[in-house]
Amino acid sequence: MKSAVITFPGSNCDRDMDVALNKFGFKNKMVWHDDNELPKSDLVVLPGGFSYGDYLRCGSMASKSKIMQSVINFAKSGGLVMGICNGFQILIETGLVPGVLLRNKYTQFICKNVFVKVDSKENPYFKNLDKDIFEFHIAHNEGNYFCTKDQLKEIEDNNQIAIYYCNKDGQTENQYNPNGSKKNIAGIFNKEKNVLGMMPHPERMIDECLSGEDGSIFFKNLINNIK
Amino acid sequence: MKVSTIITLKKDVLDPQGKVIHQALDGMGFKNVNEIRQGKYFEIDINEEDPKKAKLIVEDMCKKLLANLVIENYKIIETQ
Repeated sequence: MKSAVITFPGSNCDRDMDVALNKFGFKNKMVWHDDNELPKSDLVVLPGGFSYGDYLRCGSMASKSKIMQSVINFAKSGGLVMGICNGFQILIETGLVPGVLLRNKYTQFICKNVFVKVDSKENPYFKNLDKDIFEFHIAHNEGNYFCTKDQLKEIEDNNQIAIYYCNKDGQTENQYNPNGSKKNIAGIFNKEKNVLGMMPHPERMIDECLSGEDGSIFFKNLINNIK
Repeated sequence: MKVSTIITLKKDVLDPQGKVIHQALDGMGFKNVNEIRQGKYFEIDINEEDPKKAKLIVEDMCKKLLANLVIENYKIIETQ
């Protein structure tokens, strides 16, 4: 299975993602933002970081870079595109997934482990997972998911909410919401479920000694789903 | 020709930065503030002499990059 990770100026989780993808069996290629064409891939990942120094709005400049036209075409033809953290912000700015990510409610950069609950497994990312609650890491300043009432109704009707912030038992009360996101939303899909954007970093949870294993479970399942 | 534009958050969108600035001003003794909303201001020097055309170009920039219309409004405020 082939994957591609796009590196933008200011990306800093691109190599972590490369390590994670290779560890679980992907043949990964790094792609520079200024390239025009994507290599043949089964999965394209927009990594975390601070592309273009978060100037203007997080992800706004990166969403207009050369490679993004190929990424958008790939996504529109049904290819799997996953955006993590800043990658999620970039996806939002391209319009591939609905809504926006605002400054965190309490104006603090948040860096900690959180629990998230998978909402629906009828998609290529979470299909066949045998658990619902995962411990992932978040590190962001602008992760406060916002959308209009009409958009929220639409994404709920289409089952587009991918994951919610919760506690270790899966409760999604407001007190387990780290950043003020609407409805505790931590990640969403496009309508077709081939594009996933999420704030948590599964690639930081792939080593039992250093962090945790929930990312390993996610990536192992993902590659099996793609095969 | 110079064109200026102001980008502001829409009414219902939470503005945590504006809130913090409000609190700071309150702490400094400015007690008569009801609300503060933070926005962005751009001065664009553009190679176009026709004010109408220049405005249209800047409007296009606002729609495509400078503003995110889900949460922000833009207003072209002056041409000179």
